Amino acid sequence: MIPDTWYLVLSALLFTIGAVGVLIRRNVIVMFMCIELMLNAVNLSFVTFDRMLGGVDGQISVFFVLVVAAAEVVVGLAIIVGIFRRRASADADQMSMLKW
Amino acid sequence: MIEGWVFMFSALIALVSALAMVVSKHAVHAALYLVATQIALAVLFLLQGAFFIAALQVIVYAGAIMVLFVFVIMLLGVDQKEALLEPLEFQRPLAIGLGLVLIAEALYLGTYDLARGLAARADVRPLAGEGNVESIARILFTRWAFPFEVTSVLLVVAVVGVMVLARRRA
Repeated sequence: MIPDTWYLVLSALLFTIGAVGVLIRRNVIVMFMCIELMLNAVNLSFVTFDRMLGGVDGQISVFFVLVVAAAEVVVGLAIIVGIFRRRASADADQMSMLKW
Repeated sequence: MIEGWVFMFSALIALVSALAMVVSKHAVHAALYLVATQIALAVLFLLQGAFFIAALQVIVYAGAIMVLFVFVIMLLGVDQKEALLEPLEFQRPLAIGLGLVLIAEALYLGTYDLARGLAARADVRPLAGEGNVESIARILFTRWAFPFEVTSVLLVVAVVGVMVLARRRA
């Protein structure tokens, strides 16, 4: 049996990699993928806590996280496509103005 | 014993792919590494007995969501070069420093004996002899039935919003 702590440590490492990725990358699509990685890391800790507590509620939370992530990805990518049509760039530094 | 090896192998793949995703120059490579991380996480879900979540992870995340990412990358052109020049020269060291602080906090909380005291509070338990999918279905359609219905509203709102956003003003 693997100690629960290992799963939680792995989840913490993945979450941190995702957070640092959002901060250091400039490409908005890759930044978006880093957000997905953070969501995945949280899902892993949900499932681990679920197994520790012997329940199923955490897995239902993961289900809702999946639904919200799907909606978020669809809207976010549509926004990126809309910005790209006006700027021809996927660089976060170029998006410094709200409107012009 | 074999469980430990499977855990080590999957955790290693997940960590290495996540790091490679953050440092890869091309967006398509980053997407591929993210798929590898997600499949490794699906193996870890299987290892913990969360069979339904593992299947969802492969079908929804590694399947649908990543296809959407790759589709948008192809739509925008794969030859987008990321600017190497950082306008704020202190930002990158600061980001890595804050990442180290975050990992210290998360490791402290992860190794803290937080959930042990809560063990008596898991009031929704699978019935005896019930599989993972059956227990999720029973609880999702009884206790969580209303939030489950609300997610359908969320998905409709997302679809309508995307159609408004992506429409060409002709």
